[in-house]
Amino acid sequence: MVDILVIGSGGAGLSAALTAKQEGASVLVVGKSYPTTSQTSMAQGGMNAALGNVEEDHIASHIADTIKSAHGICDENMVRKMCADGPQVIEWLEQLGVPFSRLDNGQSGISSVAQRQMGGASAKRACYAQDYTGLKILHTLYDNCLKEGIDFLEEHYLLNLITHEGTIKGATFLDIRSGEVVKIDAKSVVIATGGFGALYHGYTTNAYGSTGDGIAAVLRAGGAVSDMEFIQFHPTALKHSSLLISEAARGEGGYLLNSDGERFVDEIKPRDIVARAIFEQFEAGQEVFLDVRHLGETKLMELLPQEVELCRLHEGVNPVTELVPIKPVAHYTMGGIDVDDVLEVNGIKGCFAVGECSNAKIHGANRLGGNSLLEITAFGKFAGENAYKHAMFAKSTPADDTQLQKDKAHIEKIYSQECSINFYEERDKLGKLFYDQVGIVRENDKLEHALHEVITMQVALSKMGIEDQATTHNQNLIEFLEFSNALLLAPTVISSAIARDESRGAHFKRGFECEDDERFQKHIVLQWNKDAQ
Amino acid sequence: MKIKILRSQTNTHQEYTLPDGETTLLKALTHIKATQDATLTFSAGCRASVCGTCAVRVNGREKLSCAYKVQDGDIIEPLQYHPVLRDLKVDKQPAKKTLSTSTAWLHSFQEAAQNHADEKMSERQTDCILCDSCYSACPVLAVNPDFIGPFALTRAYRYSVDKREENVKGIIDNIQSNGVWDCTLCGECTAVCPKGIDPKMDITMLRSTSVQQGYEDPSFSQMSFGTPDFGGGGFGF
Repeated sequence: MVDILVIGSGGAGLSAALTAKQEGASVLVVGKSYPTTSQTSMAQGGMNAALGNVEEDHIASHIADTIKSAHGICDENMVRKMCADGPQVIEWLEQLGVPFSRLDNGQSGISSVAQRQMGGASAKRACYAQDYTGLKILHTLYDNCLKEGIDFLEEHYLLNLITHEGTIKGATFLDIRSGEVVKIDAKSVVIATGGFGALYHGYTTNAYGSTGDGIAAVLRAGGAVSDMEFIQFHPTALKHSSLLISEAARGEGGYLLNSDGERFVDEIKPRDIVARAIFEQFEAGQEVFLDVRHLGETKLMELLPQEVELCRLHEGVNPVTELVPIKPVAHYTMGGIDVDDVLEVNGIKGCFAVGECSNAKIHGANRLGGNSLLEITAFGKFAGENAYKHAMFAKSTPADDTQLQKDKAHIEKIYSQECSINFYEERDKLGKLFYDQVGIVRENDKLEHALHEVITMQVALSKMGIEDQATTHNQNLIEFLEFSNALLLAPTVISSAIARDESRGAHFKRGFECEDDERFQKHIVLQWNKDAQ
Repeated sequence: MKIKILRSQTNTHQEYTLPDGETTLLKALTHIKATQDATLTFSAGCRASVCGTCAVRVNGREKLSCAYKVQDGDIIEPLQYHPVLRDLKVDKQPAKKTLSTSTAWLHSFQEAAQNHADEKMSERQTDCILCDSCYSACPVLAVNPDFIGPFALTRAYRYSVDKREENVKGIIDNIQSNGVWDCTLCGECTAVCPKGIDPKMDITMLRSTSVQQGYEDPSFSQMSFGTPDFGGGGFGF
């Protein structure tokens, strides 16, 4: 039995693992892929911390900006903690060796870390490493995990959490390589499995694997989820491939133009406002382009080398001389596993959740650019500490094999399941359905229709078996399980969106265009009623 | 358009037909899996050339499948020097072990003044996405499976030039055996890196630092300077 089982090996999981290990705990990190392949690698623009290296800045301003962007439904204490931790976390990353971009200001330590402006920020606050901020933080965290001798178990797909009398006892996994269902016993569990943006398949900047597996497992184990309706659309993804063009492009002075060559929105407004403005242009029959030509090749290659390459490769345009066609797509899921102020899952003792899978109530209705990398590191450390504290007093009797046997039977059943409907086609359908009807601008009629469609898909799931009958390395099976989780989470998103008859942050509903604090300045929390099952 | 993919179970190249039109290899693989053959197995993640998951060999050359545009007649195979788990999916564990062996991390932190030029010292090296392309292209691994290989050495170099590292020798000590001197400087790694990193140059630089730290080229020390030797292996000429 390990002290701490960390599920998910992105930035949040590795920060938690490193911290717990430094506290003296035995730690095992389990992930469905390899640690350095996580969504964190895709975070480009930067990581907020009020260092004030470029211009005057204060933690209080960072707190105020975050609260403003959250539109009244964040937990201000959690926001305060995260923002106050910012400079310390940069210091921690500096000591681990993160290669931040630097200023020529003659300073040492974190005082020379370069900072840039991101949307909704009142100062140049985002620390960055060119446009590879997430990648470079993630890889440095990984190097340090190797240094500390932390154990990793790769290619293990989370099936279910094991609980006993409301307390975590471990989790079951499908070993993708062998095809075996295994049980891992642990005193504390940290879930850091990422968000569920892949629900919007084909219309998301997210990797294929961002299917919300941890959130679905928490729901099944009796834990709660909240704020599931708040999904951030990133204004600038490439039109044809949905690949992300970092907000830094606008932060550095890029314009948004419509087909008539007109600017139509203040580009450094928060993402929800810019995304909606673009959507309105689409409705008016316009196309929208990102214009960074005036920044010049030298600056572009210096600040946004990755984007320039992606535009050339996937869109066939050269941003140095041409306009880049863009569209807003699903980017970040603010809601997720409902946690308390020590990041413990509401409903499961000893189980902590951190990062995009978790709803620590700091992003509220809309996340500020640069706050997600801060959250995964600051709260990743916090989750590691708290999981360690729980582990010190937790009982070390392992759970029985009930869940293991159940899951073995479930996997066997999938192999023999009817396969008359191709779930890959359904996955595409679900993505388009969500983009069109649970997207940037919502309407109750469309949401009701989407819910109906999703329920039809859930019913049809028993006919969507797997064609690949191999027991080992069965990626077909994994993708089926991921899709099942997406279908489990889909109704929670739609039902919450239907329930919220107002517009707030990323959730915008026609017919209810204003914020209605009296009725809706609150979180919509969902939990399965176990007695009713 | 037709492409051939090496299938592990039969060890033969299977031909697939794709709809006409420009597409990335990753999209083509996804299309095949979704509509023609669910058993075709490969790895993929971000679609944006940054997670390092989807590297394969196309016509004998390492490519990220998300960044390669498929052409008629392409032959797709898994990376070399990694155990093939199934079809295009390989075990990256052995290659990753080299990161631990080379102790590519900050050994001893010291606070340092850093500027834009310092950032540039390792900017390119820290772009590495651990896709393992360079490892697959390295001919040394064909004869010495214990060679630390290009990406781990690039990473060791990254930390060795970091002003925050107080103990550069600590890193250098751990890349002497099966490390910097085993490279043949053929440059295959550099040629295939999708991020434009030049491991060959990094290894050259590490050799120079090694010499500064008191090491010498082991093959150099075996050379004889006492009598003229023009080779020929004893056959004389």
